[in-house]
Amino acid sequence: MPSAEVFSWLRTRFMPHIWCPGCGHGIIMHALIRALVGLKKDKTQTVVASGIGCSSRMAGYIDACTLHSTHGRSLAFATGIKLHKPSLTVVDVMGDGDCSAIGGNHFIHACRRNIDITAIIMNNNIYGMTGGQASPTTPAGAWASTTPYGAIDPPFDICRLAEGAGASYVARTTIANPKQAETFIMNGIKKKGFAVIEVVTHCHTQFGRKNDRRLPLDNYNYFKAVSVPLTKAKTMTPEELAGKLVCGEFVNKDVPEYTEQYDKVIEKAQRR
Amino acid sequence: MPDVAFWQGNTALAHGALLAGCNFYGGYPITPSTEIAEVMAEELPKRGGKFIQMEDEIGGIASIIGASIAGAKALTATSGPGFSLKQENLGLAYIAEVPIVVVDVMRGGPSTGLPTKTAQQDVMQARWGTHGDHATICYAPSSVQECYDLAVKAFNMAERFRQPVLILSDEVVGHMREKVTMRDPGRVEIVNRVRPSLPPEKFTPYEANPRTGVPEMASFGDGYSWHVTGLTTNDWGFPTNNAPEIEKKMLRLLSKVDRARSDVVEYEAESMDGADIVVVAYGSVGRSALRAVRDARKRGIPAGFFRPVTLWPFPGEELTKMALGAKTVLVPELNCGQMVLEVERVFRGRSEVRGISLLNGELFKPSEIGRVIEEVA
Ligand SMILES: Cc1ncc(C[n+]2csc(CCOP(=O)(O)OP(=O)(O)O)c2C)c(N)n1
Ligand code: SF4
Repeated sequence: MPSAEVFSWLRTRFMPHIWCPGCGHGIIMHALIRALVGLKKDKTQTVVASGIGCSSRMAGYIDACTLHSTHGRSLAFATGIKLHKPSLTVVDVMGDGDCSAIGGNHFIHACRRNIDITAIIMNNNIYGMTGGQASPTTPAGAWASTTPYGAIDPPFDICRLAEGAGASYVARTTIANPKQAETFIMNGIKKKGFAVIEVVTHCHTQFGRKNDRRLPLDNYNYFKAVSVPLTKAKTMTPEELAGKLVCGEFVNKDVPEYTEQYDKVIEKAQRR
Repeated sequence: MPDVAFWQGNTALAHGALLAGCNFYGGYPITPSTEIAEVMAEELPKRGGKFIQMEDEIGGIASIIGASIAGAKALTATSGPGFSLKQENLGLAYIAEVPIVVVDVMRGGPSTGLPTKTAQQDVMQARWGTHGDHATICYAPSSVQECYDLAVKAFNMAERFRQPVLILSDEVVGHMREKVTMRDPGRVEIVNRVRPSLPPEKFTPYEANPRTGVPEMASFGDGYSWHVTGLTTNDWGFPTNNAPEIEKKMLRLLSKVDRARSDVVEYEAESMDGADIVVVAYGSVGRSALRAVRDARKRGIPAGFFRPVTLWPFPGEELTKMALGAKTVLVPELNCGQMVLEVERVFRGRSEVRGISLLNGELFKPSEIGRVIEEVA
């Protein structure tokens, strides 16, 4: 049961929510709110931005300064918010389609700029909202309504993408480890820079149903079975790692943050 | 700053925006609009404002909508290809009622078309480019001075009506140099969005003032936790599927500009009294047309000149009233005939309406319009 403090961050007026019973997105919302509560954040100084998708509906349910924007573009909106008012805590919640398909360009550039935004990617390997079409993270061979003969394109590794593009914090966990999700989200928010937390979750309705993980519990058990902590993964061979999901903090480094860099631009411009 | 400057239209437009209080610019470079971004990149940080070159035009408009929600007066500028990319998010700003100013310095299209040549082919895109119904406010400057002055007005209208305001400039106006008289910042009218009059616990984010049809606007970070969405919402800003609530929201969105139409609509007219032939022209073409009308008058032809400054809302009532006895209405445009459709619509057959198209990337010479005036005289 969520605590009273967590409840106070929910817009119950907005409910019932649209998520299917058992959808993993709720677990992630709970972890995010626990992290915000744990960090003693003020609702009026906290922004939750999102794009479009089942996952993105989360923004509406959280009682903060929330923006439910357009499909894939939320990081660009969030960039404007953060740059104009750097004192705000900005979290951006996205689906895998939102982040890595239509929003891929905004994603890599937010990583590159290293702007102080915490991006939470709810990766359910599918387009949930529109009924189960393939996403850039749909595993090769998996069924989706637009890959009725099995997906042929290799999936993205969102964490490696973020690392390559320059994010200062990159971590992955699954909904089977909500405590870790909370910790990683907390660490991401605390990080001065662009933080990416990929939370692998399920869409049992659209993906699981056709890929042998029909029940929410099947997915939970699957995530438990395939998760490997990063420390252990480092001792494993590529063959041993095949089909596994490596979880942990991949990047945690200090790089100049964009809005602070811009403050220096202002100083320079005003000195002239 | 001196009282007068000799500026390009694009430079003047940027300075007008700064005068209006613009403190955020997000965009992506494209000819012939780029000078606006360059001036903002240099000037904004001097004033403590922010400039960001985004990864594309979609990100450019998204960033300014975000900044505006956080309280900024925000601008983006582009040209045809970028204007196309901005359309989806423009719709978000309409439905979520976010004040922004978007400039399109027109060049020839479709597609990459004529990057360094002029055109007026985005007139209907400005009106209907984003999907879904919405009210449009769109200015078309025809001089460098007007680039400066209309930038201020565009911001004022965006703030007043809480919606995007468009400026359709064109390559000729954007790149030509003319004298600009600066306005005294202390004496220029500056409008700012109406802030919430109620404390957070009593504030209903989309409950409109019954007189203006415009809701008060909180900013992220100023003590209010509220929701912004592109979904159709009720007064609470929460998505709704309830037919009466949907209708209420749509009717309010569509009527808020119309209610104050006379404050918005602008035009310039000359020699309209008793004019048999009326030339309706806007933007850079307005300059050639005015010259053509003056020349015709000198030759004794009763010609009149009417220039819509707001393309949308179109000053149709004003035009038809002034052109009551006109036999022929000529509409020269640098496109295959866009505004002429609106002119035909407002005249409803009362006068003969005739479009004159030029599609070669050049501006009309006054004599080219003059020839048609003589032909119909
Ligand atoms: C520009 C645009 N294209 C397509 C859509 C339709 N659409 C809505 S949500 C969505 C995909 C959502 O998938 P994801 O981001 O992975 O989130 P999920 O629903 O799985 O949580 C799509 C394609 C849209 N809303 N906007
Ligand atoms: S369709 Fe899938 S992603 Fe969407 S709410 Fe249902 S289970 Fe969750």
